[in-house]
Amino acid sequence: MISFTLNGQPVSVEVEEDMPLLWLLRDELKMTGTKFGCGVASCGACTVHIDGVASRACQTWAADVEGAEVTTIEGADSKAAAAIQQAWVELQVPQCGYCQSGQVMSASALLSETPKPTDDDIDIAMEGNLCRCATYARIRKAIHRAAEIMEA
Amino acid sequence: MLHYLEHALSAPKPSRRSFLKMSAGAVGGLLLGAHIPKEALAQNGDDGLIQPFVHITPDNRVVVLSKHLDKGQGAATGLATLVAEELDADPTQVSVEFAPSNPQVYANLLFGVQGTGGSTAMANSWTQYREAGAAARDMLVKAAAETWGVGAEAVSVANGTLSAGNNSATFGEMAAAAAEQAVPEGVILKSPEQWTLIGSDMGRVELPAKTQGSVGMFAIDYQPENALIAVMARPPRFGGTVASVDATAALEMPGVEQVLTLPVGVAVVANNTWRAAMARDALNIEWDLSNAESRGSDQLIEEYRALLDQPGLPAGTRGDGAAKLADAAEVVELEFTFPFLNHAQLEPLNVTVEFDGTNARFWSGFQIQTIDHNVAAGVLGIPFENVQINTKWAGGSFGRRAVPNGHYAAEAAMLAKAWLDATGGARPIKLTYTREDDMASGYFRPLHMHRVRAGVDAEGNLSGWEHRVVGQGIMIGTPFEDFLVKDGVDESSLEGTNDTPYAIPDMVVDVHHPTVGIPVLWWRSVGHTHTAYVMEVMMDRLAAAAGRDPVEFRLAHLEGEPRLAEALRRAVASAGDVPEGMHRGIAVHKSFNSYMAEVADVRMRDDGTVKVEKVACAIDCGVAINPDNIRAQVEGGLAYGLSSILREEITLTDGEVDQLNYPDYMPLRITDMPEVTVEIIESAEAPTGVGEPGTPPIGPAVANAVANATGQVITELPFSKHGLA
Repeated sequence: MISFTLNGQPVSVEVEEDMPLLWLLRDELKMTGTKFGCGVASCGACTVHIDGVASRACQTWAADVEGAEVTTIEGADSKAAAAIQQAWVELQVPQCGYCQSGQVMSASALLSETPKPTDDDIDIAMEGNLCRCATYARIRKAIHRAAEIMEA
Repeated sequence: MLHYLEHALSAPKPSRRSFLKMSAGAVGGLLLGAHIPKEALAQNGDDGLIQPFVHITPDNRVVVLSKHLDKGQGAATGLATLVAEELDADPTQVSVEFAPSNPQVYANLLFGVQGTGGSTAMANSWTQYREAGAAARDMLVKAAAETWGVGAEAVSVANGTLSAGNNSATFGEMAAAAAEQAVPEGVILKSPEQWTLIGSDMGRVELPAKTQGSVGMFAIDYQPENALIAVMARPPRFGGTVASVDATAALEMPGVEQVLTLPVGVAVVANNTWRAAMARDALNIEWDLSNAESRGSDQLIEEYRALLDQPGLPAGTRGDGAAKLADAAEVVELEFTFPFLNHAQLEPLNVTVEFDGTNARFWSGFQIQTIDHNVAAGVLGIPFENVQINTKWAGGSFGRRAVPNGHYAAEAAMLAKAWLDATGGARPIKLTYTREDDMASGYFRPLHMHRVRAGVDAEGNLSGWEHRVVGQGIMIGTPFEDFLVKDGVDESSLEGTNDTPYAIPDMVVDVHHPTVGIPVLWWRSVGHTHTAYVMEVMMDRLAAAAGRDPVEFRLAHLEGEPRLAEALRRAVASAGDVPEGMHRGIAVHKSFNSYMAEVADVRMRDDGTVKVEKVACAIDCGVAINPDNIRAQVEGGLAYGLSSILREEITLTDGEVDQLNYPDYMPLRITDMPEVTVEIIESAEAPTGVGEPGTPPIGPAVANAVANATGQVITELPFSKHGLA
């Protein structure tokens, strides 16, 4: 039995200890906001926050989140996440949108940590998030815009 | 060829006639009266004004039925804009759902079957969806006039509200009465100066949801009650088959329900994707590879190079290319090699299927619904009308979901049939590709080689052009063969060469289409992915040989192509001076009836790699329906092309794909992304392609910039082979 806090609610699930958190979320708990892209922590589509830190759910085992606080896109309601989501719509960032759960989670973790990120900060925080539609230029602008929204 | 292709071939064929008809502007009349299965619209309730392309509900929503898949290119919003414009709807009341599969109603008017591709969504729908909006408006107005006892001319419509004198009503309030009105025989569309939404960016209809987890949108997230997951083991080489399977260990693993041997592989059905994948690893399968393709990509390149020495199928002759070359003052000869490419769309292929022996339902990001529908029905052996095809938003495609043989619908159908045979009961099953499955599954942009000899005369003008192409034809053997293959020549290997907009009076093009057992497919901008590179690198080399400026040299040979010439002038003007420490390359290309120019400014890093810093673009794509979406598509389209030239390459060793996941096949990252500016040239012409035209010119623009910086002309892709990326 694995017990942890998911989006503020306690959950307990009977799964193998080595089941990736990604499949625990998607197939056991039917929380599909966290996406499957590669399974090898190379694309960032499955990014969630574990104790506030942006992490790849596909390379996190169920046993690793015992007692942890896990936040997925469905529960992303921090000030930073709200600013990111607002800026994302304002600048019309998503195209296909499949990577964007992960982008929003990585970007909101960045802003929570670094409210006024530089382009280099953005590169470091976002390089692990692949966007095959290449919305990168808008992602960069929208992170700067979200920083302004947070400041206001 | 896969045996289920026969079902695809029995589909209504794309027709050249419908293409010509569309080109002439004689689009067929209103389809408002056509039959549409009511259950297809049941999700909105069956009240209100229900028409094939628009449904106005009593609770005042305007639901636009998109016949096109939206895989990120913005077709859904484009169609919604056309309907909302003519309807005078309030954009906030408009949403989009995907139309059911019904080729009689929802055919792409350029293809003759229901399908999305070739950057045609807006081009073929431009009149049809505006007429649908105008017809619905007419019915609402007549209903209001009747209700209020006034003449129709007294009723005005704005922002989703009907009014006359003191009377006013929402669309929703008048929807039921409108449904009683006759569908108008003809409608008058607004003139451009009356437009309030076209050209003004109403905002993508689905974007708020896409920042909040896209709940319920993608096929891979579709989880009906009681659904199971399947992953499939496929032959390690294309064309292999299953000889024997030992599933003992797999069947003992937790969550595994069935192991099913299908004509195309072995499927593990389990209650969790990870458990299914683990159990697949435990299968012991002996493959019969006796008829499989066993050549590697290096061997194919050698064979293709030998073909470059042999005359191929004639693919276009004008004037006398050889004689002119013999007289040329300077001759440039180059050979180019373009690797296989994977689409690498981020949502892996997947299909959910449920089959009870009589009826079947499918859910996926279907892109050529008519073919998928036919193939599914054919494999299951049930009538077309017993199959329901549900189209979901797709997590990218870039061509990958548009398969002329319906292979993933076929796999799902075989799986559902085998499940029913094995268990006797119906159960929804989601067939999921892992990333490794998706990357190694074939359907690549085909490997192509080109050899070109071209000359300039003493005055510095083009003088003779010999061009030979070797590559698998994408359309050969598919339902699209009649459409784009003539005398054995597949236009999708040549587009951009034999129909070049440059004035080349003496040109000869020929082609070889070798038979190779690797499935190939269109990949964002199709043949233009390699032809634009060849043409535009050659143009820079020829300009240099002639001692002319590359912009001036191009313009001199584009006198009959004012729209392409203007795009070049505008992009160059917008790029301004070359920034300090950077090197510039330019390229232009016409594709999907749009005119595109790109100016790339690059910096050479100390380690010898290239960083593309800035790209200034200009596009003429006719009327700009949603300008910001056009900019987004050009930004993404050129980045997709840039990604491919920098590091992307699928290779095969003894017939097996070498790259299996992103660490091996590395698309563009945020750190590689240039700053992009896009000028949209104002035009009153009908809208043309937007999703693809941004892709072709970037490769040659960057290659030309690198040549200007280093003197090195890259003709073998990707750049990473040469230490440049």
